[in-house]
Amino acid sequence: MTLSLLFQHIVNALSLGSLYALIAIGYTMVYGILRLINFAHGDVFMLGAYVAFYGITLVSLPWWAALLVSIVFTAFFGIGLEKVAYKPLRDSPRISIMISAIGASFLLESLGVLIFGGRPKGVPVPDVLSKVLHFGSVSMITVSLLIPLFTFALLGVLLWIVNKTKTGMAMRAVSTDIEAARLMAVDVNRIVSFTFGIGSLLAAFGGIMWSFKYPQLNPLMGVMPGLKCFIAAVIGGIGSIGGAVLGGFLLGIIEIMMVAFLPTLSGYRDAFAFILLIVVLLVKPTGLLGKRQAEKV
Amino acid sequence: MPEQTSSLMLNTSHLTMRFGGLTAVNDFNLEIRKNEIVGLIGPNGAGKTTAFNVITGMYRPSEGKVLFGGRDITGMKPHGITALGIARTFQNIRLFKEMSVLENVLVACHMSIDTGLFGATLHLPGYRSRESEARRFSMELLEQVGLAHLAYEKGTSLPYGQQRRLEIVRALATKPKILLLDEPAAGMNPQESIELMDFIRKIRDEFDLTIFLIEHHMQVVMGVCERMYVLDYGVTIAHGDPASIQKNPKVIEAYLGVD
Amino acid sequence: MNAATQEKTIALPRNRLYSVIAVAAFILLAFIADRFFDAFTLRVFNLCAIYIVLALSLNLLNGFTGLFSLGHAGFMAVGAYVSALLTMSPQLKDMNYFLVPIVPWLHHVTIPFLPALIIAGLVSALVGFLIGAPVLRLRDDYLAIATLGFGEIIRVLITNAQPITNGAQGLKGLPRFSTTFAVWTVAGLVILFMALLMRSSYGRAMKAVRDDELAAEAMGINVFRVKVTSFTVSSFLAGVGGALLGHMITTIDPKMFTFMLTFNILLIVVLGGTGSISGSVISAVVVTILMEALRFLDEPMNLIIFKTQGMPGLRMVVFSILLMVMIIYRQRGLMGNKEFSWDMLRDLFVKKGRKGGDHA
Repeated sequence: MTLSLLFQHIVNALSLGSLYALIAIGYTMVYGILRLINFAHGDVFMLGAYVAFYGITLVSLPWWAALLVSIVFTAFFGIGLEKVAYKPLRDSPRISIMISAIGASFLLESLGVLIFGGRPKGVPVPDVLSKVLHFGSVSMITVSLLIPLFTFALLGVLLWIVNKTKTGMAMRAVSTDIEAARLMAVDVNRIVSFTFGIGSLLAAFGGIMWSFKYPQLNPLMGVMPGLKCFIAAVIGGIGSIGGAVLGGFLLGIIEIMMVAFLPTLSGYRDAFAFILLIVVLLVKPTGLLGKRQAEKV
Repeated sequence: MPEQTSSLMLNTSHLTMRFGGLTAVNDFNLEIRKNEIVGLIGPNGAGKTTAFNVITGMYRPSEGKVLFGGRDITGMKPHGITALGIARTFQNIRLFKEMSVLENVLVACHMSIDTGLFGATLHLPGYRSRESEARRFSMELLEQVGLAHLAYEKGTSLPYGQQRRLEIVRALATKPKILLLDEPAAGMNPQESIELMDFIRKIRDEFDLTIFLIEHHMQVVMGVCERMYVLDYGVTIAHGDPASIQKNPKVIEAYLGVD
Repeated sequence: MNAATQEKTIALPRNRLYSVIAVAAFILLAFIADRFFDAFTLRVFNLCAIYIVLALSLNLLNGFTGLFSLGHAGFMAVGAYVSALLTMSPQLKDMNYFLVPIVPWLHHVTIPFLPALIIAGLVSALVGFLIGAPVLRLRDDYLAIATLGFGEIIRVLITNAQPITNGAQGLKGLPRFSTTFAVWTVAGLVILFMALLMRSSYGRAMKAVRDDELAAEAMGINVFRVKVTSFTVSSFLAGVGGALLGHMITTIDPKMFTFMLTFNILLIVVLGGTGSISGSVISAVVVTILMEALRFLDEPMNLIIFKTQGMPGLRMVVFSILLMVMIIYRQRGLMGNKEFSWDMLRDLFVKKGRKGGDHA
């Protein structure tokens, strides 16, 4: 393997890792607050990509405008989803709310088939993003480089919101103890909505970038990335934003490197994430950066 | 003196339970002899329930040992400990919520019925006789405590006091040698508490039991306990008979500091 | 008072009579179906039986032991493949394995259906046991995601184990063993098994684990063993169901056993009521018929007066909404955790008629 090829793999790994991280954050934030695996999160990712696609092709918006419209739309969609599918079940057993999430996921996928059509769609990638850059013998498309950059920028904003703003403080309070937070006059509903909004926004952004990097859309495109990003969140320690980012990058890098260096195993690529998940769950269920929760008898 | 050691039922040595930086139970040394009624009292958060959880195997202690009839049971699984003859109730009543009163008791008989999945499913003769024996035994227990007429009601639909009673019956159905009661009088008024203490004494005599019970309010158990241990912040600050405990300045201070 | 006692003494034998009549009527129906139904209708009729088996197997975990598993499709795949490989003739195998030849030790194995079905269940149970032993230490949602993971892993393994499973090409031309007699006999046995199990001490132990794990453990129940047993038995049933499904459709491939299949079974269990055997049975029949009846939604239609374009996906939209509405508005499903009884049926009709009358 030449050095340039290795470098190319690294760039690919970083950009896949970034996309995983963006989606994983949504899982981890929602789980942190509601203890819910939002199965529909991967489908929100799919929705974001489709909305931007139609923005570009049907309304002929410039790509950045389509991107903005899509993430705003998807953010509100995420908020609505929580209100319809999860809020009525907030005090129910966790299994019930999870079943609702599974239902929501299938609903979005089949609505996707119904409205967008089951056949894959080719994405017109804007020229700026598909330009091939040459660095000596290394060549790559711009979007692969831009994804990690955008991701870090968004991450900076997110960390600022969570750690420095009053809303962020309320979010942390709700995730520590939802009842106590309510007693402290935190508007729990608003915080939950906000969390879903942010998570969906990031997923939409991830979905759009995904569709520019792997320029094909289909209504089930969110299923595998969704599951893998949940796994990434668990590996990093569910509930921790840093953990989700770490898990996302770890998973992206391992996957790309595995396919690059052990091509015979590439058929097991999708199984690998699950094996990793099970190992983590059995060995260190709190993940790499997760906090231990004592169980009260 | 040798007579006493031979009848030693449950004891712990240097039992310590730490959660991270918090020491919930510190160097707890307990000795309970056969047929005694012993109290474990202390203010809220003193580590009483933690001590119970360690003894019954819900937690593995950080240090120290639990001995039952001289046998080291430290680190055994809770169901194994129950099988040896230690039964318990819970502070926040934990009945099986979808089950009838009778079924709640029958579950506790599972150990004595268990003939394996297939024996049970196919209702083989061995299983049948054990099942009907368990039903007879459970109904008898319910009759003794005056719950028989409610056998087919849902356990969780009973009034609070009866739910407490049912939990005790359920524990009795495991045929224990020692019964651990976690705040059995919680939520009861003084009159009900007194009745409960009479009830406890009664089952001790009828079932040849040893009883170890947690209580938050000292007055409730004064009458029933022969000896008691007082915990405060995980530390045993006193033990002895009720009269001496009542006069113990450390105990008074611990309670005044809270109540 | 007198009338009430009389009512009770008559009710028991009368209900038993009703049950005998109902079973006899059903057997008659099965014979009629087998003889006179057209191929499609008969297939749906028999599919109901298979879904009854599958729903009960998931309900054993989800409804009776309180374990949320999402890996059911994986166990079904194991059962379907094992039974297919054991019953296909060497010639049939040669026709299927044209890319990569089948491993020699499997090539010449051909055994009758019944032992193959049992072995399929047993292998599936073994896989369930091996998976269950580690993952059953996890709780609710973590267990769900871990079992989902294992389901996917099984599928990926099947896809990649080409010399054994023929990989992504799948297997075609499985012997058509899932006759009306076969599937309904199995369904009947499984219903009987579940009913007896749930009435036994072991069933009580499972329900105790579902209701309160800690209290169950404190009552001397080896909670972990009960969970592993439940998981293993459930895997056995899923394997048998998968095998029956394979021999009905006669074509299997890894894509058939995705999470989608688990979703369908979960839907049946939730709609019927987690913790109700009769609920699962009724729901399996209703959902299976609906699934087939609503197939028209997805396909283009040419009705005499107007043509519809067909809307692929609409059918699943309907079912997803059904699941969500049920879980949000009627969490306990059709039957809750109650079981069907003739008295219940009578109350349903009689009470309405007797409104305002005496209730003595």
